[in-house]
Amino acid sequence: MNSNLNITNSEYDQMISKNTKKSPIAKNIFFAFLIGGLICVLGQLIFNFSLKYVDKETASTITSISLIFLSAFLTAINLYSRLGKIAGAGSTIPITGFANSIVSPAIEFKSEGFILGLGSNMFKVAGPVLVYGITSSIILGIIYYFLKFIL
Amino acid sequence: MEYLQCFITGGIICTIGQILIDKTKITPARILTLFVVLGVILGFLGIYEPIYNFGKCGATVPISGFGYSLYKGTIKAIEERGFIGIFTGGVTATSGGIAAAICFGFISALVSKPTIK
Repeated sequence: MNSNLNITNSEYDQMISKNTKKSPIAKNIFFAFLIGGLICVLGQLIFNFSLKYVDKETASTITSISLIFLSAFLTAINLYSRLGKIAGAGSTIPITGFANSIVSPAIEFKSEGFILGLGSNMFKVAGPVLVYGITSSIILGIIYYFLKFIL
Repeated sequence: MEYLQCFITGGIICTIGQILIDKTKITPARILTLFVVLGVILGFLGIYEPIYNFGKCGATVPISGFGYSLYKGTIKAIEERGFIGIFTGGVTATSGGIAAAICFGFISALVSKPTIK
């Protein structure tokens, strides 16, 4: 026992860094890549299946809606947050993560009322996404519109 | 092959997000916003198009693809309807996803109970 305490500060630091490297970035990246990639493959499967019956644009919308439905369902039964703990950005970045960011606060804030609880908190995360996404697309749309005349 | 390309593209986009979360102090909410805007800008610069051609759903399913759809929709509407298309195009192209998320979100909130954190 006593020999364990007779270590220098640098040796102690080494011990700490050796034992705290349990959750390395490499592992996070691996799961983000794997699960993010798999969600995209699932989207591709839905897209290719829909393409047999409808045109490309409709198939693309069906894919988004299907993934959003799946995400809403998994969020409602509290499974998406568990997936998120493993996948990290792999579950945040796909459209399913966007849906989760709408569904999750909707469930969470229901107790504060339907209008000011559920209704206004639904867009806590998705709100900024829409604000900056739509605004930037309009700004670049204006630039495109005028460039078309000049060029 | 198509699925492999899709898997790699989607995986890489998510990996970039994961690295940003791990290496910087950017929160997931900011990452989502950043990626959407990046999707719009890369669409404008013509960089997202080849990524889409290679990865298909691997490029459209991540939230950056949402930004790309916003931009593509805006351009399409400008070509079809002129100036007013700047305002109608983006949301029109992404309306299905937005409406579905709101609708399913509301229904989910109705049927499920909040979890104690």
